[in-house]
Amino acid sequence: MSQSALHPAADQATRLLGLWDLMLWVCAGMYVLVIAFLAWAIWRRRRAAYLIEPEVMVSDPGLERALGGWAVLIVVGLIVLTTASFLTDRALATPGERPLKIKVTGQQWWWRVEYQDGPVERWVETANEIRLPLGRPAEIELASDDVIHSFWIPNLAGKTDLIPGRTNRMAITPRRAGRFRGQCAEFCGFQHAHMALDVTVEPEAAFEAWRARQLAPAAAPADPQRAYGQQVFQAKACAMCHAIAGTQAGSRNGPDLTHVASRRTLAAGALPYSKGALAGWIANPQALKPGTNMPAVRLSADEQAALVAYLDGLK
Amino acid sequence: MSSPCRVRAERLLALLLAAAVLAGCEREKRHIGPSGPEAAPVIQTTPFVPGGAQPLPKDPRAEFYENNAFEVAQGARLFRWYNCSGCHSNGGGGMGPALIDDQWIYGSEIEQIYGTIQQGRPNGMPSFRDKATEEQIWQLAAYVRSLAGKNSQVASSRSDAMAGIPPRNQASPADAGKETPPKRLR
Ligand code: HEC
Ligand code: HEC
Ligand SMILES: [Cu+2]
Repeated sequence: MSQSALHPAADQATRLLGLWDLMLWVCAGMYVLVIAFLAWAIWRRRRAAYLIEPEVMVSDPGLERALGGWAVLIVVGLIVLTTASFLTDRALATPGERPLKIKVTGQQWWWRVEYQDGPVERWVETANEIRLPLGRPAEIELASDDVIHSFWIPNLAGKTDLIPGRTNRMAITPRRAGRFRGQCAEFCGFQHAHMALDVTVEPEAAFEAWRARQLAPAAAPADPQRAYGQQVFQAKACAMCHAIAGTQAGSRNGPDLTHVASRRTLAAGALPYSKGALAGWIANPQALKPGTNMPAVRLSADEQAALVAYLDGLK
Repeated sequence: MSSPCRVRAERLLALLLAAAVLAGCEREKRHIGPSGPEAAPVIQTTPFVPGGAQPLPKDPRAEFYENNAFEVAQGARLFRWYNCSGCHSNGGGGMGPALIDDQWIYGSEIEQIYGTIQQGRPNGMPSFRDKATEEQIWQLAAYVRSLAGKNSQVASSRSDAMAGIPPRNQASPADAGKETPPKRLR
């Protein structure tokens, strides 16, 4: 899994890297010139002292020409950088064709991800993971439920803040398949560091297959233990905060768990998904992600085992 | 010209301000973990006990939640998350009674409010015994008390909810900690 702005996998990140390279080379050139001038000035002064020449030199046509050239160089350099930055900004703001609409809401300390593409019955909700079809532009709407967060997938695009009471938008046109890591980039409290996104860019067919699976409601539990697990989920505090499509649990304070077992991470990248990690998380989320808004709910061993079996079956 | 007396008064004021700032450090002290201080619950349901008025037993955990701005703020979030506002509005009352006034059917002590939320009450208040953790019920109870100005020293100064007291940053220092502040917003 990669998290680097220097290995772009989308048009937007490529643009930004181009701008970054241009700035690097322009500034590096200027830096070398400044240092060269400085070295030259030091060397020149030594020579003047050696000659013991008391009167000040009034005119130096060579130096005057060099300073004039220097001023021109600064003006040209700044114009080049300003123009390049303007063109990059304009390219980033241009939406693509047939955009895939995704709404991302930041919450302390996880991401709600809603695919609001096509008719409402085709909308899909998940958490802490984003899948993008290769080559199709995505239009991402950014909102926050509590404090300011910042959405950043370095391989795909620059940062954009999620601001309470305001909707920001950005576009991502992925060009290379792979797995990338996103991260909240604006300090937002205790667990800011554990607020990651698992991003996958894949061919459109694979994406559509994933979306079709996510669209299905949770399968009714077949074996008695899992059925008991579902009852526990609904009777205990879990249902006060979580939704599982196809059941009575419909609360939206925490992540949607309809297909929680199909994800590769738990709790916004805090731990990789496994049945054991799930059990540990439910037993004591505060030990794994101190300060998180999910409490440790008191459960008997039977209830706990049934609950884990139930959730682990929600593929 | 400043007299020595005035200088002394200024020093005293500076000292008092520093003390106030330091005291503020404790106001929001957070604990992070599964739950607050544990102790056997001592819950008194109503003040109507046979044999006339008796002092209510105090729960040792009460004070911890009651006097901590962070715990009260957690309660405010849960008040929204658990849809208390669906029945009580933002404290002003709807299908359930108002919580910002000083009229209590089941008592205004934090232990009694804890009991109300945990056990539910017959005329339509659901029980949250299984739906919320003990810690959360304490946080909710502390928040409900702050709505009514019962622990105004830790009430939030920024809130969209109604409250029976002026926000902390508008209250005069003399009001701090008073049970029933003289100035009401409504
Ligand atoms: C007070 C609300 C609340 C309650 C009650 C609650 N949760 Fe959570 N849950 C959350 C929040 C908030 C998160 C996101 C935590 C984070 O990533 O920081 C979460 C995360 C999770 C996750 C990880 C989801 C993911 O996609 O990574 C699972 C699984 C989960 N909860 C299961 C449960 C179960 C089972 C119960 C009942 C025993 C429960 N929760 C009770 C709020 C709650
Ligand atoms: C379904 C609607 C409903 C919900 C949800 C609800 N309440 Fe109530 N609540 C009521 C009603 C109705 C009463 C009055 C009960 C009675 O008189 O027996 C009440 C009473 C109370 C009281 C006692 C008031 C008094 O005067 O003694 C408190 C405190 C309280 N609720 C807090 C809460 C909190 C905190 C929550 C959220 C965790 C909550 N309620 C959720 C309907 C509700
Ligand atoms: Cu953050």
